[in-house]
Amino acid sequence: MRVPISWLREYVDLPEAATPEDILASLVAVGFEEEDVHRFGVTGPVVVGQVLAFTPEPQSNGKTINWCQVDVGEPEPRGIVCGAHNFVVGDKVVVSLPGAVLPGPFPIAARTTYGHVSDGMIASARELGLGDEHDGILRLASLGLDPAVGTDALALLGLDDVAVEINVTPDRGYAFSLRGVAREYSHSTGAAFRDPALRVPPREGRGFAVSVDDAAPIRGRVGCSVFVTRVVRGIDPSLATPTWMISRLALAGIRSISLVVDITNYVMLELGQPTHGYDLDRLRGGITVRRARPGETLTTLDDQVRALHPEDLLITDDSGPIGLAGVMGGASTEIGSSTTNVLVEAANFDPVSIARSARRHKLPSEASKRFERGVDPLVATAAAARVVELLVDLGGGVADDLGSTLIEASAPVSVSLRDGFVAALIGVDYSAAEVEGTLAEIGATVERVPGGYTVTPPSWRPDLTDAATLAEEVARIVGYERIPSVLPVAPPGRGLSRAQRLRRSLSTALAAGGLTEVLSYPFLSRGTVDAFSPAADAPLPAVALANPLDAAAPLLRPTLLPGLVETARRNLSRGLTDLALFEVGTVVQPEPGARYGSAALPAGGAHPGDTALAALNASIPPQHWHVGALFLGDAITKQPGQPAVPSGIADALAAVSQIAAALGTRITVDRGEHSALHPGRTARLLVGEVEVGVAGELLPALAQELDLPRVVAVVELDLDALIATAPAEVTPHPIVAMPAATQDLSLIIPIETAAGQVLDTVIEGAGPLLEHASLVDDYRGAGVHPGHKSLTFALRFRAPDRTLTQAEATEAKNAAVALAQLRHGAVLRE
Amino acid sequence: MSDPISITEEAVDEAVTAALQAIAAATTSLELKAARTAFTGESSALARLNALLRSVPAEQKAALGKLVGQARARVGQAVAAREGELVAAEESARLAAEALDVTAVATRWRAGARHPLSLLMEQMSDIFVAMGWEVAEGPELENEWFNFDAMNFDEDHPARAMQDTFFVDPVESHLLLRTHTSPVQIRSLLERPLPVYVVAPGRVFRTDELDATHTPVFHQIEGLAIDRGLTMAHLRGTLEHLARAMFGEDARIRLRPNYFPFTEPSAEMDVWQPNAKGGARWVEWGGCGMVNANVLRSAGIDPEEFQGFAFGMGIERTLQFRNEMNDMRDMVEGDIRFSQQFGMVV
Repeated sequence: MRVPISWLREYVDLPEAATPEDILASLVAVGFEEEDVHRFGVTGPVVVGQVLAFTPEPQSNGKTINWCQVDVGEPEPRGIVCGAHNFVVGDKVVVSLPGAVLPGPFPIAARTTYGHVSDGMIASARELGLGDEHDGILRLASLGLDPAVGTDALALLGLDDVAVEINVTPDRGYAFSLRGVAREYSHSTGAAFRDPALRVPPREGRGFAVSVDDAAPIRGRVGCSVFVTRVVRGIDPSLATPTWMISRLALAGIRSISLVVDITNYVMLELGQPTHGYDLDRLRGGITVRRARPGETLTTLDDQVRALHPEDLLITDDSGPIGLAGVMGGASTEIGSSTTNVLVEAANFDPVSIARSARRHKLPSEASKRFERGVDPLVATAAAARVVELLVDLGGGVADDLGSTLIEASAPVSVSLRDGFVAALIGVDYSAAEVEGTLAEIGATVERVPGGYTVTPPSWRPDLTDAATLAEEVARIVGYERIPSVLPVAPPGRGLSRAQRLRRSLSTALAAGGLTEVLSYPFLSRGTVDAFSPAADAPLPAVALANPLDAAAPLLRPTLLPGLVETARRNLSRGLTDLALFEVGTVVQPEPGARYGSAALPAGGAHPGDTALAALNASIPPQHWHVGALFLGDAITKQPGQPAVPSGIADALAAVSQIAAALGTRITVDRGEHSALHPGRTARLLVGEVEVGVAGELLPALAQELDLPRVVAVVELDLDALIATAPAEVTPHPIVAMPAATQDLSLIIPIETAAGQVLDTVIEGAGPLLEHASLVDDYRGAGVHPGHKSLTFALRFRAPDRTLTQAEATEAKNAAVALAQLRHGAVLRE
Repeated sequence: MSDPISITEEAVDEAVTAALQAIAAATTSLELKAARTAFTGESSALARLNALLRSVPAEQKAALGKLVGQARARVGQAVAAREGELVAAEESARLAAEALDVTAVATRWRAGARHPLSLLMEQMSDIFVAMGWEVAEGPELENEWFNFDAMNFDEDHPARAMQDTFFVDPVESHLLLRTHTSPVQIRSLLERPLPVYVVAPGRVFRTDELDATHTPVFHQIEGLAIDRGLTMAHLRGTLEHLARAMFGEDARIRLRPNYFPFTEPSAEMDVWQPNAKGGARWVEWGGCGMVNANVLRSAGIDPEEFQGFAFGMGIERTLQFRNEMNDMRDMVEGDIRFSQQFGMVV
């Protein structure tokens, strides 16, 4: 809401020296955030001049300019070049003198043009910021003005006014008016408030037929509760809108259109009541307010044909729809340049009905904005009277007795306020006088009852519905700065949950291990999800958005890998070629074929019941925490004495070890398959028998398609599954100090046998004396049969109670060989 | 040893002199070892003289024993001394050879980093955990009921329109990407025993195009306290504690009246940031208020018995003003140079 300060001053005592910033600060204190300060952007000298003489001079470019002599109240007239032709000698005009700045900013200086020194500029209305009129210069006579030559035109035209702009929250519709803002300024500062709604005596009208016929109220509320009409006849259509009104409207952000329309807009800004003018002579019969019928259309003021919806509330006459109630008028009864007789409407419509229509037709208007938030139902008669008054005073019209007054607004519902309630909610010991006084000040009727008050809110405050809303009024008007600072004492907490702790420990471990955390957007295309699905013939199911920002990427990620790849691409494009990235985040993994969502929702404001609650929870697709990592470029860069170590699946699997250690779990590696990964460099990751993730290098063809280097290693693990299966606590073995016996073991096995499986067999076969085993060599070549490889394991044996003999260790080793022979056809290499 | 010898002073002196000369001449540990073998080993002159002691008459045994013993000791001491010199010289030669340019030693450790938004969420959560609060979570893809209805958004509230909210297709399924962390409020109230003191950090979504001050995916931290007798003074106290923990002892909180469907009264919260680079200043930080009775009722809680407060702030916004960052895009693009400035500390 933009509030011209000269206008605000009419309804509340502003200190003479109050700056726009002072006024904003006072409004902020009662809950209206400051948005901006608006000025015309004109600075002087801009004065009234009179054209004494002019000579038309045709130019080589085909234009004719006028070389004018203009009296600006100085001893000598000034010579000014003017391209407009809509004036005659003797006209009074607005002259910007050298030194003036017009909106743009457009500084005025004496300059040579068309062979003359033009000593200023004769301004058009648009050049002054007063509207769109640019057919010629502004002739003051057209505004009904005949000021003395040399008069300051800025003050004359209201161009020295300033507007403050505030943000009005949705609960305070009444503040979309000078009336509301002045009242709030008064609440904030204590300055005297004069209610503009009480200024004009209401005027009775009768005989105009109005009916409300709402066959389908929305959510049980009849669409129209107030419909006041008045008639003014004999308006002079040649009369212009006065400049003070144009400048106030312009500062408030509303363009001047015609006197009648400007007056309706002016009254809307003044009182918060949208008003509408109909050309009385184009109306057919009386008015009926009703819902649209199937197939009905309406041509609105903007000449758009609107297909109407059965929920749309209409203003109709005998010819059919003549307006979309509370949103926009119709073209058929529009005020035109020849309109002399006007029917003024000031009505009140149901907020929900108007909000839905405005949204449905994408027509957010000044009127709908106010109705959506609630308009004072009792201000309609004052607004109608004010429009009539202005049409009479400014338009030369005569008020007629014809009209109607339909007011069926329900009275505000009283709220009971317990003694002590406000103090108990706000934490301030307000006195009874403060509570009563504040509520009275905002316009409520406060009645003392045993143990408290019965408070009847004013008609413009539909938001005051319970004791807490009244408490807020007391708190905000007395001032939030009265609220003390008290730190509450929570009961003892349990700290982070195990999952929260482990996720943190995991992230710390990966970062400590040299990976950089990224947080990528979860939006993917179908093609990307398909490309990263584990099996090419079974695309991962994914949830789609109805209104994605990018229509090409409507899916929510079922995997972290594409996001990591996208982030890697961005880094690569910036010349960062060695990357180790990780992300810990959630993925959305709908079950194949499952349907999610709720057909209908329980109402808010009450516990939905356990069954409905379970259904709500079941309506949401599974979302799990995952951890993913990506490596490309060099793991160790080339340095003096250090050759480059390129990254690859080894880094991905090292990350797996790091993750397992951070979570206190054991992840085993097996050969795997994944449609996005290199067929020979893919590892299935398991906890026990359960698959928990995959690691590998991207399929080189996919990497190439994505403009990535040939080797890109990735890993993704289901973090929820890892945490769920990890032991809740560590059961340590006692540390044995007996001497160890170490032995090496070399086994010859077919090349295709996975070394990891052989290691598992060796550990199993060697039995409890084996403390540690690791693979130290994989040899192929001379001395080993073609098609075979020799795997060497380093074994460490230890007994808990004695020094092991080599014979005992050898016996255990031989048991391992025997099992490996049985399982894998392994042969001991002597 | 062909020549028969006998134990005489001359013979001992000769053996000692020869040994000392050889020891002094050794320039490496290896040469010294050879000299020691030659002059103190089994076949050396001193060893043979020593062996003769067994056959000397008893009355000479003491004198000759002393003579040979002292000689052997002198040689032994000379070996040890020379050994010490040679080891020291060899070690210092090796150290010299091993010298590296420590300003250019190869690094084999890659420096990683946490994302500052994650670190900031953890840091803010920890301030509350230290007071006994717990960290609550909820799904990012939510049912509309938790995001809106239960939070006292009327079904016709403008925020429910498509322009702010990502809805899941089809819209009639009433699923959406949560627009705020507030659904965690209602989930906490439904799932936890009263009193409830929780914070909920997490990712939220609005249909804003990415620019310097907006991102469609961002993070918030939400706080909720529901107990007997909590007031707006407790809200201010909690926020002030948080502000001090984050911005120093001189930080303060200013509340301005505002409107949110889920709180009544509601307030906009500014923080006095005493340590801002451009000088101390007030900064808009978030929204807060006393939890609306309808939110409590949605969770089956009697608002006559329990009441409390809630607050929420944007993590990106907090990072932006706390660490003086102008462009929000740096936080979301995943450029490793951004996070690596922070390392493990925000």
